[in-house]
Amino acid sequence: MTPSSMVLLLADGRFPAGAHAHSGGLEAAVAAGLVTDPATLGEFLRGRLATGGLVAAAFAVAAHRAAGVVDRRSTLARLDAELDARTAAPALRAVSRRQGRALLRAGRELWPTGGFEALPAGPPGPHQPLVLGLVAAAADLDPVAVATIAAYGSMTGPASAAVRLLGLDPYRVHAVLAALAADCDATAARAVATAADPPERLPAPAAPLTDIHAEVHTTWEVRLFAS
Amino acid sequence: MRPESVSPTPHEPVPHDETVPHTHPEPGVDPHAPLPSTVRPLRVGIGGPVGSGKTALVAALCRAFADELRLGVVTNDIYTTEDADFLRRAGVLDPARIRAVETGCCPHTAIRDDIGANLDAIDELVDGVGPLDLVLVESGGDNLTATFSRGLVDRQIFVVDVAGGDKVPRKGGPGVTAADLLVINKTDLAPMVRADLSVMDRDARARRGDLPTVFLSIVVDPLASAVADWVRHELAHHRGRLAVG
Repeated sequence: MTPSSMVLLLADGRFPAGAHAHSGGLEAAVAAGLVTDPATLGEFLRGRLATGGLVAAAFAVAAHRAAGVVDRRSTLARLDAELDARTAAPALRAVSRRQGRALLRAGRELWPTGGFEALPAGPPGPHQPLVLGLVAAAADLDPVAVATIAAYGSMTGPASAAVRLLGLDPYRVHAVLAALAADCDATAARAVATAADPPERLPAPAAPLTDIHAEVHTTWEVRLFAS
Repeated sequence: MRPESVSPTPHEPVPHDETVPHTHPEPGVDPHAPLPSTVRPLRVGIGGPVGSGKTALVAALCRAFADELRLGVVTNDIYTTEDADFLRRAGVLDPARIRAVETGCCPHTAIRDDIGANLDAIDELVDGVGPLDLVLVESGGDNLTATFSRGLVDRQIFVVDVAGGDKVPRKGGPGVTAADLLVINKTDLAPMVRADLSVMDRDARARRGDLPTVFLSIVVDPLASAVADWVRHELAHHRGRLAVG
């Protein structure tokens, strides 16, 4: 991966794609007493990289690859269905599709001829990693860049939420992220290695407790994050 | 000075129309085409500090426009959907015409830096209930730095209240200085909190130049007439602009 400003643009937490409203499961984990300090945040993020982060990165790379094939519409539809199957919690399916819609809106504004019409249509919107793959293709990024953006995004959302929810020292939180940089890169590399696999063979690690927490979180009367 | 004696100036030309670069939020719509049967609704943002009366103003405008305009409301709450629930319970608008956006700790981000969820909510309103004349986008209670993106709204109203202190207009901030309409609310409380409305009027004029300011008490005027009149004027202007191109 050649370092590029385009990678930084898409990985930037200020990129307007709706990420700010979501904690990536951190709010529920904090309420359950699982994350209390930088050390437990680090463990939470390591788990996130190994599950949702890897799945998101693998599907983003697969969608990026699909952008260049002839039957991309049907490939993207299969990827969408496979990602649904890997997202057990209905709440998290809805969140992924809502974030997909948000990224799609941004992608269409930035790359009006980006080929986004190949994504599955319908009101819930396509899953976020699929949109990321097509946005990255429109931005002419390579697979490693796509995977890195997806894996990195799976860490930075919860990390930023931890600063807001727990009042953690932002320097220590970023030290946690820096310590996980190699893990993040390794996750991206694993995702890239699966890129040629058929959709049903893509990685499927999951965290059942996170799924349960996500469902319960939607029932809270007062919450600071949408997920 | 009595509140009624401060006259709003809703019919003066609004100078920023010609000076602020305006990005059309729907690039697929040719602004020079003949007026389509379903004109994009005027989007009006309503912002202001916590407790200044934004939701009460939205409810008042819903009552004022009930039989006049096809209206939709988008609320932005820090916590869950409190403001939307209030409006639904108040019975001022069909619940299908109200959408809530959850802003995740950051109400100003959802109306300024990352407006997609609000644009989605407006699209969903139109998909659900058909064409609209006016969409009110209420921000979550924030501070004096809150301001709406021009990509989200066409016009914005900033609401402060006399109980927040009569120094608020002097303190400025983008809401006070640049909102298309400043509403100084709860004037009925002024004697109780010893707020001097003439000071607020003078400071608002100093901060805002020709931009209009209205004083309001929804207790006295449940239809928020001065604000409703301003919205009517802006709506006529909006339709004229779309028609002329």
